[in-house]
Amino acid sequence: MVGNVTDEAERTAASAAARAAGVSVQAGVRATEPEPAAEPGIAVEMRNISLWYGQKQAVGNVSLDVPRNRVTALIGPSGCGKSTLLRCINRMNDLIDGVRIEGEVMIDGANIYAPNTEPSQVRRHVGMVFQKPNPFPKSIYDNVAFGAKINGYTGNMDDLVEESLTKAALWDEVKHELKKSGLALSGGQQQRLCIARAIAVNPEIVLMDEPCSALDPIATQRIEDLMLELANDYTIVVVTHNMQQAARVSHKTAFMLAEDDLVGRLIEFSDTDEIFLNPQDSRTEEYITGRFG
Amino acid sequence: MAATDMQAGADRGLYVPRLSFRHKKGAAFFAICLAGTLVGVVFLAFLLLDVWRDGAGFLRWEFLQNFPSRFPERAGFQSALWGSLWLIITTALLAFPIGVGAAIYLEEYAPRGFVTKAIQTNISNLAGVPSIVFGILGLQLFVRGTIGIGPSIGGGFGRSIIAGGATMALLILPIVIVAAQESIRAVPPSLREASYGVGATRWQTVWHHVLPQAFPGIMTGTILALSRAIGETAPLIMIGALTFVAFRPESLLDPFTVMPIQIYNWVARPQPEFQDLAATGIIVLLVMLLSMNAIAVLLRQWTGRRYGR
Repeated sequence: MVGNVTDEAERTAASAAARAAGVSVQAGVRATEPEPAAEPGIAVEMRNISLWYGQKQAVGNVSLDVPRNRVTALIGPSGCGKSTLLRCINRMNDLIDGVRIEGEVMIDGANIYAPNTEPSQVRRHVGMVFQKPNPFPKSIYDNVAFGAKINGYTGNMDDLVEESLTKAALWDEVKHELKKSGLALSGGQQQRLCIARAIAVNPEIVLMDEPCSALDPIATQRIEDLMLELANDYTIVVVTHNMQQAARVSHKTAFMLAEDDLVGRLIEFSDTDEIFLNPQDSRTEEYITGRFG
Repeated sequence: MAATDMQAGADRGLYVPRLSFRHKKGAAFFAICLAGTLVGVVFLAFLLLDVWRDGAGFLRWEFLQNFPSRFPERAGFQSALWGSLWLIITTALLAFPIGVGAAIYLEEYAPRGFVTKAIQTNISNLAGVPSIVFGILGLQLFVRGTIGIGPSIGGGFGRSIIAGGATMALLILPIVIVAAQESIRAVPPSLREASYGVGATRWQTVWHHVLPQAFPGIMTGTILALSRAIGETAPLIMIGALTFVAFRPESLLDPFTVMPIQIYNWVARPQPEFQDLAATGIIVLLVMLLSMNAIAVLLRQWTGRRYGR
């Protein structure tokens, strides 16, 4: 396991420095951060993932290893299949009619697309935070407790709710009004509530699909801080439109692109610093320097 | 200032705004729409006024207590009122669970395909079938029991409340299903995703999130369908609801009459007093209808407010 004290301190300091440096891509990269001492294990191993919506192919033959206890960012222009690929990791695409998926997604040594796999169990272990904050129209307490309840949690529910909200950096703001509707919170608070809801079922991996695109800059910053902090306990995969965000929060970055055939493919995947400072593929370089997309 | 510059500079006289003509057109459209609304309101007001003038005279406690009689001053509405209540409750108990179940199946479970589409189209078509046809079906199926499902006379339920309620349930089922489907469809997909996202199964998602969210809409649709049923006459005449009933129904297998049939019966009589009695009956029927609609509105507001913003 990584995440010892020095490592964490360095990472936090580096991210703060990066944020202070402002919006420039180059400045946003944590160029000075040393490599973590221990090489992390692999949390998700995607092997040759292809996906079709009906006849139309959306993702083409993507293989990707997501490191454990790290933040991995998926970037790329609209329609490059990054959200679709993200939703392959918790079988969320199963809910759409006419989707066909080929390839394997290995989590803990098991293919989640193997027959007899229970999608609901996959989703318990791979939580998700969505683009638009979507709390249940229930109380704050029930929002967090719901997942635990339906998954047969037998521990102390009050403790779990407090712990999850604390981890999501929301507890202090809501501890006196847990009975209030989750919809009464501000956008940023709602998104942190959704994060608390996701981690309340004790997942190993948390997927975030453009979690800040509906938020203002201050709320965005809080979520970004949170992502880095959560990476101590969880593996985070985040889809983002915002390259600065990818540079600020992620350890690894995958660049996806759909070219003329509109099939999203993985162009380059490497340490975030590498992608932003020393991209190997000319298309990656063009994208991160803002020449298209 | 900037606007004038633009007009002088960029337009070069190619734009002719004709603002006053456009505003007149808008005003004319507004007038037509307003007139359309008023037609309904004005005629409803006329109807209410007319009925009230004729019927208010007989509107007293005895009217609700007495049974039908040859003598107008002793005639009352009790059997019809109770018959309607029994009938509507039976109808609701049958139509609500079946209708909501069908809607859940069609929206949440059914695979999108030819069969589902065919079922969907036929349900919509059923909503347009004349009610008398449902009466014939009910007569055959429930009263006579041609396929033998009831306990009493010849395998059917006879001319009983249960036969009437079952017929009415069939009649309003398409409306209930379509209304429930629309409410279920209006539940945002993001809510379903959130529920599936924490590991809920389909059943848990439907039960904990989709149904509570759709409930106000389902209730409103069901109550409005029931208000249609309470005013229906044709299918009940068909299945043999009686026109003269001098007792209160006590079980589901009792014969019955309902308010619209009693009203029709009074209107058909030559004596002018019975015409006024009919108007009194209409007042009672309208009060019941409007109360049901009011309940629908209240339910929608009450359930909608609990965890809104």
